[in-house]
Amino acid sequence: MSTPAPVWIRPERIKELSLVGVIAVVVVIFGFLVDDYYSGQFFNRITTSVVITAVLAVAQTMVVVTRNIDLSVGSIVGVSAYLTGQYAAAHPDASPVLAIGLALGIGALLGAVNGLLVAYARVPAIIVTLGTLAIYRSWLVSHAEARTITADSLPSWVVDLPTRTVVSVGSLDVRAVFFVVIVIVALLAVGMQRLRWGRRLYAIGSNPEAAAQAGLPTRRLVFGAFVACGALSGLAGFLFLARFGTITVVAGQGLELDSVAAAVVGGVSVLGGSGTLVGALLGAVLIDVLDQSLVRVPQVSEFWRNAILGALILAAVIADVAIGRRFRRRWSAEARPHTRVTEDEPADQAPALEASDA
Amino acid sequence: MPEWTRERTWEVLLALILVGTVVYNASRSPVYLDIDNFVNLFRLSIEKVIVAVIMTFVIINGEIDLSVASVMAFSACVLGAAYDAGVPFPLAILLALVASAAAGFLQGQVIARTGISSLVVTLAGLIGFRGAARILLEDRSVGAFPQWFTDLGREDLLGPLPFALVLFIVFIVVAGVVLHRSAFGREVFVIGDNAEVARYSGIDVARTKVVLFTTSALVAGVAGVLFAARLGSVRANIAEGFELDIITMVLLGGVSIFGGSGTMLGVALAIGIVLNLRNGLGLANVEANTQTGVIGALLIVSVMVQNLLDRLPLRRREAEA
Repeated sequence: MSTPAPVWIRPERIKELSLVGVIAVVVVIFGFLVDDYYSGQFFNRITTSVVITAVLAVAQTMVVVTRNIDLSVGSIVGVSAYLTGQYAAAHPDASPVLAIGLALGIGALLGAVNGLLVAYARVPAIIVTLGTLAIYRSWLVSHAEARTITADSLPSWVVDLPTRTVVSVGSLDVRAVFFVVIVIVALLAVGMQRLRWGRRLYAIGSNPEAAAQAGLPTRRLVFGAFVACGALSGLAGFLFLARFGTITVVAGQGLELDSVAAAVVGGVSVLGGSGTLVGALLGAVLIDVLDQSLVRVPQVSEFWRNAILGALILAAVIADVAIGRRFRRRWSAEARPHTRVTEDEPADQAPALEASDA
Repeated sequence: MPEWTRERTWEVLLALILVGTVVYNASRSPVYLDIDNFVNLFRLSIEKVIVAVIMTFVIINGEIDLSVASVMAFSACVLGAAYDAGVPFPLAILLALVASAAAGFLQGQVIARTGISSLVVTLAGLIGFRGAARILLEDRSVGAFPQWFTDLGREDLLGPLPFALVLFIVFIVVAGVVLHRSAFGREVFVIGDNAEVARYSGIDVARTKVVLFTTSALVAGVAGVLFAARLGSVRANIAEGFELDIITMVLLGGVSIFGGSGTMLGVALAIGIVLNLRNGLGLANVEANTQTGVIGALLIVSVMVQNLLDRLPLRRREAEA
């Protein structure tokens, strides 16, 4: 494949690099506002808390690139956290592998229900997952009968998990959960960028009809994306259990919005076909850094959190459109002599359409 | 005689479900058929149902407005904060409505000008306007509104009909006429069906979208004020999660999530079903939460049935051809 521009200056890379830049700017600004901001403790707190939204943002992205959406992830987190907690409390000697496998399995199962309805029964994803958001949650409420999972009923390995450290660099501890999540995201990111199934998910999102015409097994792939999203949400449920210990029936409520928000801030297009897992991860990190930092700024109260997050999402998508438009013009000029068709080109069709009537 | 479309089929199906729900409920609970129970049904969900009416326009237009519940809270909190700061009450209501309309205008402008998906813009609105409500009232609660205002939410206006119900009936009838019998309504359908075609036909797509999002937020603002009247006090966290119920009502009404098709009658029937189902299940001592699950299942099943219905006549036509 002849590429006119070096491979690394793809729009995705630029989005990711600019996100890293924004995160750096945010950290510097807070450094001025908060005394003693750059402490190891703060790094540890963020790396411990970001894992849940990071996993969910990545899960959401896998579905969103296929031009679908999963609004049920918050309910899947709740069900998985509760059932895994119940299991761990009842079998304190059970192997951790079994408990984590259970969380993943529950998530995959619920994701499979979504996937079946979307891919095979052809019900739009937003309707299916709006429905299962309510169904999974209401099943959990009736199953739990107002009982709460408490931290002291859980085996110690679960409760101690968030503070378990892999390596320490000075006062910076790299938590085990953070390490594992980064490894998982890295593996999935490579798969999405380099492996056939990943590229096919993007192809479906860019143009579902063309993908089907080209003979891709679109149903199976979309189904797979929902199962993967569900399994990752199940994992997030386990992380939720480990982090909070106390699980009520409302556990994870509203996380679906956080996951979409993180993905969108990370440059994932809700129109499908564009956006990377690394971007989604960075989006989650940015939101979490803001979240954790705002509470430490004396001048602004915690009540500003949502307003700032809302403005951030808007700013991120507007910047995305502006940057995308500029680069696309240049690239299309460069690429014209070669007229190449690749499926990994970002497919923001909306600005392209606008350009045509300008 | 209107032609027999899939919308008609859907409306008949909804009407049957509604009749079934009513009959079943009536057989289960003696108080169910009381007029008071029916009035209460609407009074307790008036905020959601009037927003569902305007949401019908937005979804037929091919967009979605996730911010409505947050705008409701924002409106109620502007009202509360202004009243708390000594602004005369009618002026505080006006402020709340203007602030809501401005919120919708802002979102509409961004959507129409940049072409960014309304799902994302109104997700930012969902989070952002809830945030604005938080900034206004923090964790306080403002109450002690004038007597006439809280009466508005409780007392009857015409016979047994409270103000909210009268408002709803007038609103849905007017909205139905505008949607199905006016030039604006046709534009909403055409844009939802194919925005490009609409643009080339000389329809001002951007203006229509701005009008819709502004109206949507204004109606949400009215709903927020009505909610304040019913509750008697406001907080920043009111109406959380309402957007899902509202969208469910519209989609259950047979409005296509992809835009371009749907009827106000269908939505009216769906509203009737959701309210009666909740009420009936409530009278039968089914928890509120299980009710939500039942409605979620109903939403999915309804679209699956629609898909099946779509397929039948299509197959026949293909076979003939």
